[in-house]
Amino acid sequence: MIETIPIPGIEDFDKVYWENCSKNKLTIQHCGDCNEARFPPRHMCPICQSISHDWKEVSGDAVLWSFVIPRPPLLPVFDKQSPYVVGLVELVEYENIRIIGQIQTNSNIDSIKIGDTLTIDFKKINNEISLPYWVKNN
Amino acid sequence: MLKDKTAIVGIGQTEFSKSIDSTELNLACKAIKNALGDAGISPDQVDALGSFTYEETPEFEIARNLGFGNLTYWSQAPYGGGASCAAIGQVAMAIASGIANVGVVWRSRKRGDPSSRMWSHTDEKIFDHWKWSRPSGLVRPVDESSMLIRRYMHQYDYSRESLGAVAISLRKYANANHEALMQHKFLNLEDYMEARMISDPLCLFDNCLESDGAIAIVITNLDIAKKLQNKPAIIHAYSQGMNKEHQLMTHYHGGDPLESSSYVTASNLWNLSDYSPKEIDVAQIYDAFSPMIPFSLEAYNFCSKGEALKLINDGLINIDGELPVNTSGGSLSEVYLHGMNLVTEAVRQIRGSATSQVNNAKLALITTCDATPNAAILLKGE
Repeated sequence: MIETIPIPGIEDFDKVYWENCSKNKLTIQHCGDCNEARFPPRHMCPICQSISHDWKEVSGDAVLWSFVIPRPPLLPVFDKQSPYVVGLVELVEYENIRIIGQIQTNSNIDSIKIGDTLTIDFKKINNEISLPYWVKNN
Repeated sequence: MLKDKTAIVGIGQTEFSKSIDSTELNLACKAIKNALGDAGISPDQVDALGSFTYEETPEFEIARNLGFGNLTYWSQAPYGGGASCAAIGQVAMAIASGIANVGVVWRSRKRGDPSSRMWSHTDEKIFDHWKWSRPSGLVRPVDESSMLIRRYMHQYDYSRESLGAVAISLRKYANANHEALMQHKFLNLEDYMEARMISDPLCLFDNCLESDGAIAIVITNLDIAKKLQNKPAIIHAYSQGMNKEHQLMTHYHGGDPLESSSYVTASNLWNLSDYSPKEIDVAQIYDAFSPMIPFSLEAYNFCSKGEALKLINDGLINIDGELPVNTSGGSLSEVYLHGMNLVTEAVRQIRGSATSQVNNAKLALITTCDATPNAAILLKGE
């Protein structure tokens, strides 16, 4: 098993997404023709089949849709982190965009609840990849 | 049309164990030999094969070990737990359309060893869709399923105690099944509540077993089936299903993540069938994780959304309930072979030879993994 955190491989259709995460900016892919937002990023618009696309910066503000607390056996890097919280968050600026990310707990896992409002932050993994994670609003 | 043109006429398996000192090919050969023996069909009559894309024993090795005749059809179905009914359905379609006459579908798997689990082979760099979840520590299928059941429990106001009824119901069936790995292990609510968490809120007993073994089935057209020794389990309806935005696993990015591909499969299956959910005598519901049973009962329209866990706690899926489910103990308590044991158990129910037999079972539903693109089959007796 790998000892390091698995990192996303960068492809042509999500290169801009990861470049912007490295600048602590969350950007969402939109169709260049019909303007439909989509996540995860992909080659083609599922509404109008256009391959043209743009990236729009969003606040990252989100609501916690659900979360889990994984326990070992996990990949070694996550065994060391456990217990941690991974959430599926819904971006407030869209109806149907949900993203996976860790939820910062400040050592108080019991305080995390479905419906919590969240603010985004980024954790630098290497020069190319920063992963978004979310922090509960007070 | 596929309806009532083919039947499952033979079932076979190896021993089930946490660890078997044998290769997957050896196990596959034994299970297939047993299935053909059960059917009363000579290996040289086999001309079609169906398997999982995850199967590692190739068709030609199977064919030359068993001594099959000339093959005219073979296919593989993808998505692991979603594949069993698809592999069977595809062979059944080939037979119904006249391409072949006698088909074998098998699954052989050594999974007891922790290093055999797919997630443990996660690469340093991820290029498939898991790049959007695994780097954040959502690594295993159980984590992906756990996300859904926490939301469900929140939305419909259920506790862990309510969910425990699923694992406890299945364990009772396994306690009556001499082939089940958990035959001698009893489970009550106290054991369940004290079990270690695997992916909170899912604990050890919400997870399928990790086991070694192989299972095979034999399919023929109805003319051949009627001349054989066993009561045929007729394939009445079959469908696959994949909804918009589904991925492997989960439907996190679709309209409602709780509305899985099972809703697509179920809708088409019932349209193709002469029967409705209330007429079904027994169901074998894919259960890699316990939440898949309430999720699937709702998707297949046995009850309304949010209602399944309450009905399970009221006894719905027990042997004296309205819809006994996973009557051999299922993947949670009999054996985990990507759901193929659910197929053999459905056939036993139709034959009247199950260890927890439903009286006069004539219609048996088999489903596959609620969290992946999937498939289902409705079997009927004569």
